[in-house]
Amino acid sequence: MSEENPRENPPVEQPEEILELMSKSVLFTKELMAENERLRFRMVEMAEENRRFGATGTPEEKQRLFQEQIQDLETEKERLLGQYQNVEEENRIVATRYVEIEEENNNLANLYVCSYQLHSTLDFHEVSQIIMEIIINLIGAEEFGIFLLDAKTQILQPMAMEGIPLEQIPPVAPGEGVIGQAALSGENYYAPGLEEGQASSSLAHPLVCIPLKIKDQVIGVIVLYKLLPQKTQFANVDYELFTLLAGHAATAIFSSRLYTDAERKLHTIKGFMELLTKQ
Amino acid sequence: MPDVRILVVEDSPTMRQLISFALKRMKGIEIVEASDGVEGLKKLNSGTYNLIITDINMPVMDGLKLISLVRRDVKYRTIPIMIITTEGGAEDRERALALGADAYITKPIQAGNVLDTAKSLLGIP
Repeated sequence: MSEENPRENPPVEQPEEILELMSKSVLFTKELMAENERLRFRMVEMAEENRRFGATGTPEEKQRLFQEQIQDLETEKERLLGQYQNVEEENRIVATRYVEIEEENNNLANLYVCSYQLHSTLDFHEVSQIIMEIIINLIGAEEFGIFLLDAKTQILQPMAMEGIPLEQIPPVAPGEGVIGQAALSGENYYAPGLEEGQASSSLAHPLVCIPLKIKDQVIGVIVLYKLLPQKTQFANVDYELFTLLAGHAATAIFSSRLYTDAERKLHTIKGFMELLTKQ
Repeated sequence: MPDVRILVVEDSPTMRQLISFALKRMKGIEIVEASDGVEGLKKLNSGTYNLIITDINMPVMDGLKLISLVRRDVKYRTIPIMIITTEGGAEDRERALALGADAYITKPIQAGNVLDTAKSLLGIP
């Protein structure tokens, strides 16, 4: 009887098992190759990162590189801050300018509307009504009036009043008191302390007198005695409105008076002509 | 077809023109004008409005009467109302707001203020 040595005579495996082993080793090899490729790629990436951050070289060199980077970033930050401040300043200027233009637009709209309304009619009563509306609604006066110079007597007669009965207001001779002085000089009068909103007034000492002028000829005076409670002081547009009223209200009054006179004369002549033709 | 219709009730033609000037800076807007409360109600009945702007002191029918009538009517109850008036007293303001006004502006007006208030009442940014 003989003994079998397993080392000398390995057991014969089946071909299927050999094939299976071989395919497993092929798969394993492929996995190894893929992993190897991934690691090589990662190495290249890390080398690139190291190069970028200056991780290579001596510590002194690294420090120098970092300091240079910090310096570059600081310079960039300063530049951006400067630009930001410039933009902020420009924004501020534009915003201020926008507010100014907005205000100017509003003022021009006020002036346009006043001018348009003043010349929208040739009826004397309508013109005086429009002047009163402008003074109430746009200037913000509570008590005020219009004096017109009587061509014959050369006396300023109160023509319309708001807030004060017309009978209470006496006629004024040019040169007499504040109103008369304004009519004589043709200069606007503003009571002392008006700009600070501290002016007081009476019938003899109004807040504002605006002579109505056609060129240098004064035809009347607008007199303001009291402002609305919410109107504490005048704005720039109010002074522009006074200037506009001084000229445009004067021409509107003058034109409407001429037109009314002409209409009246025309009626008289027509009536006379009819009378003549009937006879 | 306008996006927004506004009814301006004001007896002064100067003020009506000035208010219209201020509001026309909004796009897609139509302004309908009335010179007193009665005319305002007639105009209100003849169309759809997004905002009513009214004065208080007016002939025939004043602004407060107009507001109270508008607020009593279910059809118009939700229309915002802005008052523009010379009456600057706190009592006048409180009375108008109690009647149903949504905003109260005193004369003399600033066009920008009227426009901003109108936009706010209309929900326009």
